[in-house]
Amino acid sequence: MTQQPGSPGFGPDLAEVFGPSQSDGGPELVQLLTPEGERVEHPDFRFDSGDVPEDEAIRGFYRDMVLTRRIDTEATALQRHGELGIWAQLLGQEAAQIGAGRALRPQDYVFPTYREHGVAYCRGVDPLNLLGLFRGVDHGGWNPNDNNFGLYTIVIGAQCLHATGYAMGMQRDGVVGTGDPDRDAAVIAHFGDGASSQGDVNEAFIFAASYNAPVVFFCQNNQWAISEPIERQTRIPLYQRALGFGFPGIRVDGNDVLATYAVTQAALQRAREGQGPTFVEAYTYRMGAHTTTDDPTRYRLSDDVEHWKLKDPIARVEVYLKRNGLAEDDFFAAVRTEADELGHHLREGCRALPDPSPLSMFDHVYAEMTDELAAERDGFAAYLESFEGAH
Amino acid sequence: MAGNAQRITLAKGLNMGLRKAMEDDPKVLIMGEDVGKLGGVFRITDGLQKDFGEDRVIDSPLAESGIVGTAVGLALRGYRPVVEIQFDGFVYPAYDQIVCQVAKMHFRSQGRSKMPMVIRIPFGGGIGAVEHHSESPEAQFAHTPGLKVVACSNPVDGYWMIQQAIACDDPVIFLEPKRQYHADKAELDESATPEPLFSSRVIRQGTDATVIAYGPMVKIAMAAAEAAATDGTSLEVIDLRTLSPLDMGPVLESVRRTGRAVIAHEAHVNLGMGAEVSARITEECFYSLEAPVLRVGGFDTPYPASRIEEDFLPDLDRVLDAVDRSLAF
Repeated sequence: MTQQPGSPGFGPDLAEVFGPSQSDGGPELVQLLTPEGERVEHPDFRFDSGDVPEDEAIRGFYRDMVLTRRIDTEATALQRHGELGIWAQLLGQEAAQIGAGRALRPQDYVFPTYREHGVAYCRGVDPLNLLGLFRGVDHGGWNPNDNNFGLYTIVIGAQCLHATGYAMGMQRDGVVGTGDPDRDAAVIAHFGDGASSQGDVNEAFIFAASYNAPVVFFCQNNQWAISEPIERQTRIPLYQRALGFGFPGIRVDGNDVLATYAVTQAALQRAREGQGPTFVEAYTYRMGAHTTTDDPTRYRLSDDVEHWKLKDPIARVEVYLKRNGLAEDDFFAAVRTEADELGHHLREGCRALPDPSPLSMFDHVYAEMTDELAAERDGFAAYLESFEGAH
Repeated sequence: MAGNAQRITLAKGLNMGLRKAMEDDPKVLIMGEDVGKLGGVFRITDGLQKDFGEDRVIDSPLAESGIVGTAVGLALRGYRPVVEIQFDGFVYPAYDQIVCQVAKMHFRSQGRSKMPMVIRIPFGGGIGAVEHHSESPEAQFAHTPGLKVVACSNPVDGYWMIQQAIACDDPVIFLEPKRQYHADKAELDESATPEPLFSSRVIRQGTDATVIAYGPMVKIAMAAAEAAATDGTSLEVIDLRTLSPLDMGPVLESVRRTGRAVIAHEAHVNLGMGAEVSARITEECFYSLEAPVLRVGGFDTPYPASRIEEDFLPDLDRVLDAVDRSLAF
């Protein structure tokens, strides 16, 4: 029989050390805007909008989140209409992604998993390109170097190593710790709570710590790895793992865009200055399914979802703006109109995405095409041409 | 150094080739366990960290997936990482990164992200090692589109091929026959023009049958040809050198003349490189064949304990036995 923690001679009781599991993120949660839409102070982090007036920045975050949610709901609808093979939903995680995405500078580099639609939006990637991947016309239609936003990675956690290696490259390129804000750069790696169990993620922590690489590990703890709850991934709060690897870990309210922005901005700045990696745990909740093939009603209680609806990341900003008279009706109307236009763009654009030609599968297998693959392609081309009227 | 030939081992050839590549291109990095101060467990990277510094010859944490995965990031940043996997059997923890990430990055990105990485793997047996230190995983990688796989067999090829692999914009699995590292010397002329990287080569001409080998089996095949010659049998020997892409030209041309082919490798026979070479010979020169294409390889068992590895590894006699069977048809 497995001995339980807390049994005699087995070390300290984990519940005593870390406290009981808390669905609100616990007292360590960095929060600057409550679910009720009230600003609160934190001793270590504050929201700094830089050169942009604060109210304008917060209105911008609101707009970003509404548009991101619209990308998600449109894509989900397109999947239901058979236009997409699958879609990985982000509903509920808008603040975590916009906060992190807006904390980036142009020279920073993003290594996403496959749910970072909000970060992609922040980097200027046309969301139609995201749909293309899920429609099956390509494996990612954007140029990673146009926006410093890497392609989506499907294998869980693999990109955390790529991010660390890329950050090591930045070190060697001399763009870390120079003191020049337009030059100093950092990398952010996105992953989920499930990925925290992967060897590659843990190896990335070790490499990043060992080389003091300028990388921020940004974990969106949305509580579920498909049907596996967070308790199946960890016995301690995730952010506390960082200490074991030798760098700081912070838990932030991932439904609070101001706090997520402030914490990510600080972590990125630390990396840019040459102070090494940080682990940011954005404590949030996946309101929807893992993907459109999933059925969350089989494994979780609707009460939990109702509970998290009260923490909606967009609603709290809306309440804050309205209650403090920081945005008028015409602002909200304009955002709604913009969201409708984006939805139209996605619906029309998705259906118009052309299927690739069959022969395109032979392109780019290699940088230097091999004779044997060229022969295979030519043989297939001749075979296709043997059918009358075929392409 | 033109015309200034010197006699070197395979280990020395690889070391000189790596050094030359690092001198020629400041983006070339070496990464792996123990590659720095120690110079690698086989001393292939000996002296390189001293001369190029810790930022270019990087001693890595003990984590193969981490080594390859971070090399992916460095390649995306414009570097040309050369990673050393200490022993063949240790490559499996990095298998996902190699076949899912390294192999597919160029394809996935529609050519926007190049992956100019070399993964050096000392491979094969015959050194009396413990488990996981003597394997031949080449078919696993040759079966993966997006990867190129080569195997050197001699010091001169070691010198040239490692430089060519590093210069290649595609990821290259670079297999080094570890039992040859310090075995034989050959004369290297650094001013010579090398053979293309992805090419097979006839290394001994003959008329009665063609023996095809690569890596550590090349030496065995040559010894078999010597022995056969004393019995009046003339064997042509081909060093494949490249496993993916396969350069079948010299093989097909040879088999059309000799009518007989024997393929020898250390890896398990079932679904190994020999199966692919055999299939292609059958497809391309069926009417030239006087006998079925025969394969000689390691048995379809896990690599055995080293006290009996000589029974597992194909030797001169097993190659000659296959030649005899071919000639008997």
